[in-house]
Amino acid sequence: MIPPHGGRLVDRSVSGEDREQLAREAGRLLQVQLNARELADLELLACGGLSPLEGFMTESDYRSVVDSMRLANGLVWSIPVVLSAKTEEHTKAKAGQQAALLDEAGRTLAVMEVADAYSVDHDYEAQMVLRTSDEGHPGVQYLRSITPTYLGGRIHLLRHPEHRDFVRHRLEPKETRVLFAAKGWNRICAFQTRNPIHRAHEYLQKCALEITDGLLIHPLVGETKADDIPAEVRMRCYEVLIERYYPRDRVVLSVFPAAMRYAGPREAIFHALIRKNYGCTHFIVGRDHAGVGSYYGTYDAHTIFGEFEPEEIGITPLFFDHAFYCRRCGNMATTKTCPHLEEDHVALSGTRVRQMLAAGELPPSEFTRPEVAQILARGG
Amino acid sequence: MANRTADTVTLKIPRPLYDHLRRLIEGTGFRSVTEFAVYVLRDLAAHPAPERRSKEAETRSALTEAELEAARKRLRELGYL
Repeated sequence: MIPPHGGRLVDRSVSGEDREQLAREAGRLLQVQLNARELADLELLACGGLSPLEGFMTESDYRSVVDSMRLANGLVWSIPVVLSAKTEEHTKAKAGQQAALLDEAGRTLAVMEVADAYSVDHDYEAQMVLRTSDEGHPGVQYLRSITPTYLGGRIHLLRHPEHRDFVRHRLEPKETRVLFAAKGWNRICAFQTRNPIHRAHEYLQKCALEITDGLLIHPLVGETKADDIPAEVRMRCYEVLIERYYPRDRVVLSVFPAAMRYAGPREAIFHALIRKNYGCTHFIVGRDHAGVGSYYGTYDAHTIFGEFEPEEIGITPLFFDHAFYCRRCGNMATTKTCPHLEEDHVALSGTRVRQMLAAGELPPSEFTRPEVAQILARGG
Repeated sequence: MANRTADTVTLKIPRPLYDHLRRLIEGTGFRSVTEFAVYVLRDLAAHPAPERRSKEAETRSALTEAELEAARKRLRELGYL
């Protein structure tokens, strides 16, 4: 089984008397309410999805990650995982202080041992991590919505965030690892998506499945931008697709609770490392992974992996070019495997697909499975 | 690539790791990162190599029996196993 990033699967859950003690004290601590992204990050920190991180980043890790895509100890890590101060009092938090981390309903989910509170430059963070400070980028908009003071420190999870959706599909890294071992899988490929799976994505997944033992379809269901298709609609698409077109004994569907950063290349590295923590050995990286608009080059998310030694990443990226149905080939292909012209390809932009669905028109079956199109037409 | 002198070879580590180790040994008895690295590696190498394990055993070694059983129970309840 592939080791987690950093060698150990983090578990920040507390139980028993330790939990009771912290729960009793929580009401007297500095209270910090988490936003949607921070809630998702808390969940992933606690269950080991973000191993080796044990809490929200301290200043030394934050600056090292922003500047060099490495933690202070040299381990590769590309995206800051941070907790923003919400009040003036938070900005004055001191090392050694404890803070209660609350959900949107004011329930205490965790206690954090504050290591530091530090000021940051959001323009700099945006330029380095998102490669832009353009206000149209959703990641930049997120940075504008939070304060430029972060709190860092280890967390102790007292209770899991409440979820009423996708309850049947919320597996933590411990569980996916046990599942893969029970299935006898050595090589497991992960597929990350925030979109429905169309024929092109299906093609990449099945190419990957040809050279691995199993496929983890791991859709991101945390916070996305307003015009992304809602997770509940997407999940119906994934379920019908797997039921009708995939070998059931080779596929696991489980949700990835993270929020989307739209950080393109850096997020590709982030997504790959996290799936390593879930026990996957391979990770599909298609065109414009985690991209938005035209902020990133089509294959920037491929080339960024070349900035590291393969053993530093640990999980094997499977790079795929733009995929489509070619009428002349008579099958799915990519720009690498098809010699024909664009006019022979069935490829639609997201905008065009939305227009068709809004007009009651189903995209062609060479682009998307009819069952998926029908779900999108009804619910997208 | 190792460079050989009579008794030593040169190993390469990432620069950020070297800087981190240099800060780590400040105020300790180690006179250099090299000395510290040799100490740590000798200690690691002194332990016998782990035997080959099955996938189940590897997963088992990373998780306690209680954690394994809790994971299996949840996977059965959800229909994955």
